[in-house]
Amino acid sequence: MPVGAGDPPSGTSAGTSVVSANNLQQTYQIKRGMFAAADQLRAVGGVSFTVDAGKTLAVVGESGCGKSTLARMIALIEKPTAGDLHLNGMNAIAVPDDARKRLRQSVQMVFQNPYGSLNPRKKIGSILEAPLAINTDLNAAQRSENGRAMMARVGLRPEHYERYPHMFSGGQRQRIAIARALMLDPKLLVADEPVSALDVSIQAQVLNLLLDLQEEMGLAYLFISHDLGVVRHIAHDVLVMYLGHAVEQGEKNKIFSQPRHPYTQALLGSTPGLVGAATGLKRIVLKGELPSPLNPPSGCVFSTRCPHVVERCRLERPLMRELDGRQVACHEAEKLNSA
Amino acid sequence: MTDTMNDTVVPTIHGSPPHPLREFWGYFSGNHGAVAGLAIIVFVLLMAILADVLAPYAPDMTNTSVALTPPFWQEGGSTSYLLGTDAIGRDILSRLIYGSRLSLAIGIVVVALSVISGVVLGLIAGYFRGILEIFIMRVMDIMLTIPSLLLAIVIVAILGPGLMNAMIAVALVVLPHYVRITRATVISEMSKDYVTAAIVSGAGKLRIMFSEVLPNCTPLLIVQASLGISAAILDAAALGFLGLGAQPPSPEWGTMLADSREFVLRAWWVVTLPGLMILTTVLAFNLLGDGLRDALDPKLKR
Repeated sequence: MPVGAGDPPSGTSAGTSVVSANNLQQTYQIKRGMFAAADQLRAVGGVSFTVDAGKTLAVVGESGCGKSTLARMIALIEKPTAGDLHLNGMNAIAVPDDARKRLRQSVQMVFQNPYGSLNPRKKIGSILEAPLAINTDLNAAQRSENGRAMMARVGLRPEHYERYPHMFSGGQRQRIAIARALMLDPKLLVADEPVSALDVSIQAQVLNLLLDLQEEMGLAYLFISHDLGVVRHIAHDVLVMYLGHAVEQGEKNKIFSQPRHPYTQALLGSTPGLVGAATGLKRIVLKGELPSPLNPPSGCVFSTRCPHVVERCRLERPLMRELDGRQVACHEAEKLNSA
Repeated sequence: MTDTMNDTVVPTIHGSPPHPLREFWGYFSGNHGAVAGLAIIVFVLLMAILADVLAPYAPDMTNTSVALTPPFWQEGGSTSYLLGTDAIGRDILSRLIYGSRLSLAIGIVVVALSVISGVVLGLIAGYFRGILEIFIMRVMDIMLTIPSLLLAIVIVAILGPGLMNAMIAVALVVLPHYVRITRATVISEMSKDYVTAAIVSGAGKLRIMFSEVLPNCTPLLIVQASLGISAAILDAAALGFLGLGAQPPSPEWGTMLADSREFVLRAWWVVTLPGLMILTTVLAFNLLGDGLRDALDPKLKR
C-alpha cells in the first residue's frame, strides 16, 4: 500500500459472487452508406471478472476504452454480442421469462451526470417511487414510506420529497440518483463515473455515502472511473482496460504498488499524486494516440504505444495470465521491472 | 430565501429558485405584446361564453326594412344596430359576437385533433425509429409539399363542404408540424440518462413514452398549439370564404365575408368588421404564442 488511503469496509456477506462475467464482448455495426458492408466496432473485446457481495471492482482506463459500454452491458441496458454473464446466480444472457423481473431488479445503475439522470418534470418523491410502482405491489402509502426512508438514508431531508430536481445541487442530485437505484434493494450497483461531474469537495461526501451504504446493505459495486485517486479510495479490486481489452486486473494494493502491465504503469505514472519517491513510480509519457477501435492493432492492442514493445507483441495477442498475484495480459511482463 | 436550511449532512443550496410557474409569469409578463394578446383572447372568450347575454339580436334574425344600415356613427346609422346590418337586415354586432363561438371552437377543435394525433404519431416515430419512422415522416413530408389551403380544399372536396369537414381538413393540414416537433423532441429526450434510468428500473414502453418523455415535450407543443389556433382560425375562415367551410346562415366570420363581398363598394362595414375580427383574434393568438415561446424556451431566457 503506497500512501495511506483508507481501506474500504468489507461487506457483511463477502464470499458469494454477485456478478460473474466471462469473456463479455460488445461489437457495434457501423453503417457506411447503403451499399457498403457495415464496419465492426469492437467496443469491448472479451472481459472476464467476478464481483463478490460487499466488494467493489473499479474499472479504469482512458476515454473510449470501453468502460461505459461494459457498464451498460452489466446493467442490462445493452445485450452483449458474445460471452457469459451471471447476475445474482441467474444467467443474464438467456433469461427465463419468470426470472426477468427479478434479474432486472438485482442490478441498478448510477449515472455520471446527475443533471441528466433525473426527469426535470417529476418531483423527487415520484422519481423515488417509480421503481416501486413498476416492480412491486405496494400501495401508495407504503411506497411513500419506503421513499422517505430511503431519502433519510442517503442524507436528504423530508421536505425535499416534494421538490423538483432543478432545486438541488449536483451532490444532492447524485444522492437522489443513488436513492432511486437502491429503492429495489439491488445486489449490484453499477456506478458509471458517479462523482466525476461533482466538485471535489462534494466528491468525498458522495464516495463516503457509497461506502457506508455498501457496508450496511452488503452491496457489490462495479465502479467505473478514470480518477485513480477515487479508485484507490473506494475499490477492492481493479480492472484496467485499454481499447476494449482488459490488460491487468487484480487486487487494488497489488496493482497500485506494483503494476506489471506497461499501460498500467503509464496510467499510474500519469497521476500526479502517485508519482514520486514515496511510491517509486516514474512518470511515463506515452507517445501517439489511442488507435481507432474500428481498426485495432494486430497482436497486443497496446503494441503501437508500448515503450517495451518486441516483435512478438505485434504478431500475437497476449492472453490474461496469472503473475505475481494478479492477472496481466503482456508477453514481457516478467522482464519489466515494475515502475 | 424562503426555507431555513440548517442541514448538517448535506450543504444545501441557499435561496432555492422560484417556483416554475412564478418564473414563467415573470418572463411572460415582461412581454407586453403577449399580455395584450392574452387580454384580447380573454375578451373574445368572454364574448363567446356570454353571447346569449351580450348580443342584442339573434344572429339569424332578418329585418329587410333595415337592410344595409351603416354603423351608428355614420349618417343613416341607428343606435339600435350599433355596427349596422347586412344585406338582409341581420345585426352585424350580434353575428360577430356569435361568430366568436364558432371561431374559437374551430381553433380549439382543430388544434386538439392535430395535437393528439400528431403527438401519438411523433412519439411512435421518435421512440421506435426504423421503418415505422421512415414511413410516418415521409408521409408527413409529402403533406408538407402541398400548399396548405390547396390540400384543405382537396380534403373538403372529398369529404363534402361543412364546418366539421372543414375542421378535419385543417387539422390534417397542420398535422405534420406537430408530428415533426414531437419526433424531434422525443429523439433528443431519449438520449438523456433519465430515460435510461427508467429502463434500468424496469419501465415499459408506454410508461417511458407517455410518463417520462412526453411531459418534457410539452413546452414546445404548447407554443406550437397556441400559434396553431391562429392558423386554424385563418384557414377555416378561408374555407368559409370559398364556400367550403361553415355554410350560411351560420355567423362564421369567413362565411360572413363571403356572403357580403358583392356589397364591398357600397357598404364597407359588412366586409371590414368580420375581417377585423379575424385579424385581431389571429394576431392575439400569434402574440400569445410568441410570448409563450419566449417564456418557456430555456435557450431564449436572459
